[in-house]
Order: sequence, then structure tokens, then C-alpha cells
Amino acid sequence: MVVPRGPAPPARQALPGKPEKTVAVGRRVFLGMVALGAAGIAFGSAVQGRVGRALGSGLAGILPGGDLFQIYSVSNTFPAIAPGAYRLKISGLVEHPTTLTLADLEAMPRVRFVKTFQCVTGWRVPGVPWEGVRLSHVLDTVGVRPGAVALSFDSFDGVDTESLTLAQARLPDVIVATRMLDAPITTVHGGPVRLYVAPMFGYKSLKWLSGIRVVDAVEPGYWEQYGYPVNGWLDGSTTAAPPRGV
Amino acid sequence: MHDGRGAPATSRLLRFDMAQRIAHWANAALFGVLVLTALPLYFPSVERVVGRHVLVATVHVWAGIALPLPLLVSLVGPWGARMRRDVRRFNRWTRAELEWLRRLGGGDRRKLDKFNPGQKLNAIFVGGSIVVFLASGVVLKWFGLFPVGWRTGATFVHEVLAYLFVAVVLGHVVMALTHRDALRSMARGWVTVTWARRNAPRWAREELGAERADEPQMVAQDPVRVPD
Repeated sequence: MVVPRGPAPPARQALPGKPEKTVAVGRRVFLGMVALGAAGIAFGSAVQGRVGRALGSGLAGILPGGDLFQIYSVSNTFPAIAPGAYRLKISGLVEHPTTLTLADLEAMPRVRFVKTFQCVTGWRVPGVPWEGVRLSHVLDTVGVRPGAVALSFDSFDGVDTESLTLAQARLPDVIVATRMLDAPITTVHGGPVRLYVAPMFGYKSLKWLSGIRVVDAVEPGYWEQYGYPVNGWLDGSTTAAPPRGV
Repeated sequence: MHDGRGAPATSRLLRFDMAQRIAHWANAALFGVLVLTALPLYFPSVERVVGRHVLVATVHVWAGIALPLPLLVSLVGPWGARMRRDVRRFNRWTRAELEWLRRLGGGDRRKLDKFNPGQKLNAIFVGGSIVVFLASGVVLKWFGLFPVGWRTGATFVHEVLAYLFVAVVLGHVVMALTHRDALRSMARGWVTVTWARRNAPRWAREELGAERADEPQMVAQDPVRVPD
């Protein structure tokens, strides 16, 4: 290697002439960035909402910070299920263990509401239309046996699982969703059928719903193994009972 | 082989010492890992191909936690003298440098420091980015400690800065590839005196003293610029 060490730079060598005046530009730019970042964390959610509205949904899908979904899959693939082949198996502590097709679900009484999809890590998508069957209706159809305490949900991805207490599952805005964004649910969003638990963070809304087991104790789901609360209410409370206002 | 004090060394100047070069490339490698692992976390089309969400997220988080280390380690200790001096250069700007930036590279070249104002801004931006990425990343990783509004704000900051950062780094890479002498100085440490006189005259005068720095250029004596 021919890498000479060069002459050591003279420390604070007196330059000929008067010393030049300097300004601490670097420190100002650096601190400015840090301050802007801190302000963005504290107040960015308000700015983001305004930016999203100003740009409309078209641009917001392209630009960062304009609300858009981040797609999670805990397995290595997105399970693609043809609507005609879809089956929802309901088992456990029920009077009538049942397997429902997509057509069965679509024939049940439907609800539609528009809600903000809120991820526990912060990103959110306001104004998402959801449509489907109340989970409480599905439970009434199959009949819950005495001793039942909770539900365990399975996904076609073979990995993801979730849980709800029976009381949580009977909340009016907890649905077995068959439509999202006013269209059939796409594969990346967990279609053709997914859970939508409106009063909780997004990870509770299990995608590619394949099975509902009625059980006698809460079985913490997949994300809960990574430290997410079993009861992920949007207001941050983690008790089994719904917070006031839900 | 020469010891750096012989004749050839006089036509070379050390621009980045070993500590700085290691810090730069370790920093670059960490940012590379962070950008690559960010792609599937952010873009559904990439996530569909890559999968392994938890693994990718874990690598991203650990690379992020390690991010400040190369620069911090290069700044402390006896090996950090040159790094600390360069950070002072990034900070202190003369009026001429502000003017140079205002005219987007116009103005008096003879007053240019070891780094031109664009290079100084790049370095400051990367330093500031590390702090902001880290702060917003901590909110996203340990979200339970922060109100939901902060998490949303941190997502916003993390994403917007990521776009800005990638744009700036792409510019940095293009400049490096089109300025091979500067690139070589980050690979092997040195620049030629000729290069320093032309691109960093104030630094050349500091290193060489006024007389030698202002001598007419001696291209023929420059070992890396052998005349045809």
C-alpha cells in the first residue's frame, strides 16, 4: 500500500492576514433539523391529515406521509384464495359447528361503516369504508355453548392468529368483513374475508380469516408474542373490558 | 514503498485518515441495510416478494440502533483528532462560503475550504438525519411508551425524511462517481496536491503553507498524473 500519511496538519496555524470571521452554520442547520424532526413527531399527525386532505387520495398513494396502507404479512406469502373456494370454519364450544362459504356470509344481514384504520405503530388511513357481517350475528347463528369465554381466530397464511373475549366479539363494530374500500377485499388487504375490529389497533383485524374457534380461555395471538397487548384498544387501554365510549 | 515523507508524498495530501474511512463505509453499509430492509416494510409489492416481515423488521431495528456508532466512535479517542477537526470545518462557515452556496457553486474558488459548502451541507444533513431517524424510530419501535399522536407523527417524520435522505444520498453517489479523485480519497485516503490546490485551495494553503500552495501546478511531478 502506498498510502502516505501526509504531513500532519499544523494545529491552528496562523494564516497570513487577519483571521476570517466565521458563522456556525453547521450547528444551526443540524439543530434546525433536529427541532423540525421533534416538532414533526409531536405535531406531525395533524400536519399529515391536512397534507393528505389537500392532496386528495390520488396523490396520497404516491407521496409519503399522505395516508396509505402499509401491508403486513407475517408469513412469507400472501395467501391467494379464490372467492368461490373460500370456507370459514367455525368450531369449538358451539351448538352447530359450521363451515360457511362467502355466499353464506353475503346472505347474512350486513353492516357498513367508515372508520380510520389505525396501526399500533402509528400509521393510519382515515375514511376507510368497511362492510360485512357482525361477528355477534355469526355467533348467534351457530349458538355459543355455556363455558365459552373467548374466540381464537386462524388465518389462511398458517401463521397469524388472534383472539377476542366473547364480550369484545359482540361489540357492534366488530365484523367479519367481506368488503373494504367499497370493493371486494383484495388479497394484500386480507381478502376475500378478514376480521375487522374497529375499536382496536390494526393487528387485531386478522387477515385471510380461515377459522373461528370458540374456547374457554383467551389464547394470545401472533403479534402478542412480540409484545403487543392482547387487548389493543385504540385509546391505549389494555384491559379486557372496553374503555368508556366504546 | 515510501514512508510518506519522501518526494512522492509531497504531491499527495491525506484527506481522510483510516478512522474516517472506516466510519464512512460502516455508516454507508448500515444505511444500505436500512434502505434495503425498509423497502419491503414500506412497499406492498416488495413485501409480497420478500415476506419474512418480522425478520426484516428486526434487522432494520438493529441496524438503526447501530447507526450512530461508526461516527461516534470515529469522533472520540486519540484516533478522532482529524474527524473532530473536520466536524469543526463543517460547522464554521466564512462569508465567502455562504456566498458560494447562495450562488450555487459560483463565487471565489480560491476561498474554498477542505470541503465545499455543498459537501459540508451533505455531512450536516447526514448527521441530523441520524438523530431524527433514531428519535422517530425509537417512537415506532417502543410505541407503548408514547401517545398515539406521537406514533403517527413519528411515522410521518420517518417516511418524509427517508425520501429526502435517499434523494440526497443518490446525489452524493452521483457526485462521487463523477469526481473520481474525491472518491479515491474516501477509498485510499489521499488526494493530489494539484487536486487540493484546485478544489480546496484554503486547505492546501493550511497544509502546505502559502508559498508552496500557490506555486504553479507541477503536474509532471505528480505520480498519479503521469503525462502521456
